[in-house]
Amino acid sequence: MPLRASIIEYGVGNIQSVVNACRRLGVDALVAQDGAALASQRPDRIILPGVGAIGEALANLRRRGFQEVLQALVQDAGTPFLGICVGMQMLAERCEEFGAHEGLGWIPGTVSRLAPEGSGIRLPHVGWNTLEVRDPADPVLGGLNGQDMYFVHSYAMRCPEEFVLAYCEYGGRFVAAVRRGHILAVQFHPEKSAALGGQLLSAFMKEPVCTSAA
Amino acid sequence: MYKRRLIPVLFLKDGWMVRSQGFSMHQYIGDPVSHVERMMQWDVDELIVLDIGDGEMSFEHQRTDYRTKPVATMLDFIDLIAVQCQMPLTFGGRIRTVDDIRQRIRHGADKVAVNSLLAEAPATVHEAATIFGSQAIVASIDYRIVDGVAKVFAGGRRAVDADAVSWARRAADHGVGEILLNAMDRDGTATGYDLGVINAVAEAVEIPVIACGGAGHQRHFLDVYQKTAASAAAAGNIYHFKENAYPLAKEFLKRQLPDIR
Repeated sequence: MPLRASIIEYGVGNIQSVVNACRRLGVDALVAQDGAALASQRPDRIILPGVGAIGEALANLRRRGFQEVLQALVQDAGTPFLGICVGMQMLAERCEEFGAHEGLGWIPGTVSRLAPEGSGIRLPHVGWNTLEVRDPADPVLGGLNGQDMYFVHSYAMRCPEEFVLAYCEYGGRFVAAVRRGHILAVQFHPEKSAALGGQLLSAFMKEPVCTSAA
Repeated sequence: MYKRRLIPVLFLKDGWMVRSQGFSMHQYIGDPVSHVERMMQWDVDELIVLDIGDGEMSFEHQRTDYRTKPVATMLDFIDLIAVQCQMPLTFGGRIRTVDDIRQRIRHGADKVAVNSLLAEAPATVHEAATIFGSQAIVASIDYRIVDGVAKVFAGGRRAVDADAVSWARRAADHGVGEILLNAMDRDGTATGYDLGVINAVAEAVEIPVIACGGAGHQRHFLDVYQKTAASAAAAGNIYHFKENAYPLAKEFLKRQLPDIR
């Protein structure tokens, strides 16, 4: 049986590229349109992709009943989880974009604009930029220190250093990846980051289920 | 370190890949799918595909893709390349409504490039940026120098009462995330980029600017990176007529600059 990954669809973004990237790895990639569908898919891995406005994304995620199911499958049952871009930002406690929004709170952090308006730093931060990986032994990101990944965002998470897995530099240092046990999240787009992005996704698929969750 | 991008642009017309000159002469150069495959082998930083045909059913007659299923519509084409593509994809052309944008993104486009829409329905551009996020909407701006002014032509055809700088500011105000700046006079000339206008536009906006039009030699890319504040250099023809032009340009640029991937 191939590994089964559920990809969470909550409305606007291009999730097809994440689906395609998983399928290239031989993973059975399923799209979950709401919480009930996600639960019935009984996934081995869960990916929360994301582009666009975070307030809209969070509202859609809740409207479709994902929050409780994600809580049960990831926080309680220990299913390995990968958040991408806005899918990373939604894990924070609080997000400031066109007003303040309450996030899922899986990582004790806040999301704010990369650089203030008028600072001369061009936003969105679009393009390839280098990862500074803090833990060379990390099974998913460890081998990617000094490598370039594709970013598209104007906001980023701030959180305590213990959760930071990688930094990146753009008008100052920002958090490019976080890890809290089996919960992994990246600000860049592995599904758009050529061969190295594929390598990251492949390593994520090998992450063990967390047996000590809950 | 943030890297400045080198972006190939593919022009489609009636379902075929074309080479463009002066925005009016188009030479057919073959099957788009094989061109995209070549771009993937080159590991390009990003890819822009612009559908510049003006017929309603641009892909109607196309049955050129003998290796896989025939490509009948733009959306089929996006499906086909998105399945294999591990790089960011921008699609432009024939975008009139929010739904046109939604469909392209759903089929696998990361960004869409709007052009005439900025002149005809700016409120739609604004709405799209709100729904899909600024990062998903690129403003494609075509201009020609007329009496010393960088005059904007909507869709490369209809004159707009604005110059490239004010039009770029307006696009940024409507919430787009990037500017694709095309110098129509330079299209297909291989005489180099229009550095003055690129700089004027890049200074006027806080969003990234992609310069396009005039690349004929590797050093033209270097000019963009060294002499302008553009975040990316885009080009079309150079990649069709010189063997391995993309990887060779990357090697050349990497020897001179640190911020090249």
